[in-house]
Amino acid sequence: MSNFHVIAPGFLTTVQDLGRFGYAHFGISASGAADALALRAGNLLVGNAANAAALEMTLTGGEFVFESGAVIALTGSDFGSSVAMWQPVEIRPGETVRCGAARNGARCYLAVRGGLDVPRTMGSASVHVMTGVGGRPLRRGDVLGIGSAAVRRPRKPARGVPVHDGMACLRATAGPQAAWFGAELYSGSYRVSEESNRMGIRLLGPALPSPGGHMITEGVPLGAIQTPPDGQPIVLFVEHQTTGGYPKPANVISADFWRLGQLRPRDEVRFEQVTMEGALGLLRDQEEWLYSL
Amino acid sequence: MTIHPASDRSLLFSFGDGISFDAHVAVARLTRCMEGVRGILNLHPAYTSVLVDFDPCLRSHAEVESLVLERMAGDREQAPPEPRHLEIPVRYGGEFGPDLADVARHTGLTEARVVELHAAAEYVVYFVGFSTCFPYLGGLPPELATPRLSAPRKHVPVGSVAIGGAQAGIYPLASPGGWRLIGRTDLQLFDLLATPPPLLRMGDRVRFIPVGEARL
Repeated sequence: MSNFHVIAPGFLTTVQDLGRFGYAHFGISASGAADALALRAGNLLVGNAANAAALEMTLTGGEFVFESGAVIALTGSDFGSSVAMWQPVEIRPGETVRCGAARNGARCYLAVRGGLDVPRTMGSASVHVMTGVGGRPLRRGDVLGIGSAAVRRPRKPARGVPVHDGMACLRATAGPQAAWFGAELYSGSYRVSEESNRMGIRLLGPALPSPGGHMITEGVPLGAIQTPPDGQPIVLFVEHQTTGGYPKPANVISADFWRLGQLRPRDEVRFEQVTMEGALGLLRDQEEWLYSL
Repeated sequence: MTIHPASDRSLLFSFGDGISFDAHVAVARLTRCMEGVRGILNLHPAYTSVLVDFDPCLRSHAEVESLVLERMAGDREQAPPEPRHLEIPVRYGGEFGPDLADVARHTGLTEARVVELHAAAEYVVYFVGFSTCFPYLGGLPPELATPRLSAPRKHVPVGSVAIGGAQAGIYPLASPGGWRLIGRTDLQLFDLLATPPPLLRMGDRVRFIPVGEARL
């Protein structure tokens, strides 16, 4: 079987697919690619099903030797690799693929034609870093198998690719407790805190006033903007808790989840309110772009 | 039941705003009805509500709403499944339960009486949630209710048996936490190789069995 070797793993590199669904009522959130749009695009470009397992690199990329050659695609943020991004690239036997530090954004995906041949836990190859469900981050010396699950020919280079440039306007719909809040969330500018991770993106900026309502712990979705008593919002991310007791003025829309995955510490974030119909329209446009690849 | 969109891919179904066994029964029923339905990605039960996550490319809010109402109506005649009964061996007090003395002080009971009451009750796993498959238990004798710590501990040992306000729980993994720790179990409550990893599931009935030398 074809495989490749991890010479250097990078800062935090994990195997991800689109996530592990159906276990939230056991307390386990989906996990999955932080920028699922980039992971899906990478898979489609090399001819895989969109949900195939690929590598997610965070802030600093890894170094990999492909002993038997492969077809790969790098998507997401530019990590300064010599391999051209957002297109299928043939890697010769023995060739090394090196990725460096992120030039923009936070995450770069390496998809391999055929998918990664890795064990699945509860139906998904995604590593849930906080609990260890699905495995652990890559280490030097790991060997990853390349599967044979390609479903079509590799595609042409992608056009009109999403780019993150350090300033994000996140569109959001009203959250379950929106009536408890004013419009403060939409007027302030926030910075991404260093304490952000795959569980939550912590924002620093003008404190949102504490609402008076009485909250009973309830289920929380991906992208929920929760407001603890200090008024500094936290956007719940792919490894988020399944329930929470803080009020939520808003929820980031599905079409902007990829932007969450590309935020890095100190990036600037603003919020813009959209209607539910507007959010779903933006998602449809994004899906059309993806399936035009 | 009230229904509110929580995001462009989820709906929150709520059964009032009082924590009770009746609310738990309704929450468990909705969860059971919607498990494994196509286009439904995740179910997040809590004390009085269930958040239903769906794939917005396959389902709309209106469709999910009618699907839930339809399935709830279809399930009305069904008796809920027989609950599982689990016994949790606990070493109370001392290094295992550093807050037992505080709970005794707050409740005006002796430590021995706190343990006796805690171990005499039968608990229901209302739901499993938060960040570490934490089982939220209903059924704590009301006289044991004790407020949470004003500042959470950075490190709660795995297996800690705890009281948080009027609720009881057990930490299945080491984590930060603000509940009062009264004992600890050696039982493995989270097994990475099991499907699903947490031992306790919504609806389980739980009893605590004091073991070893109580360190009172």
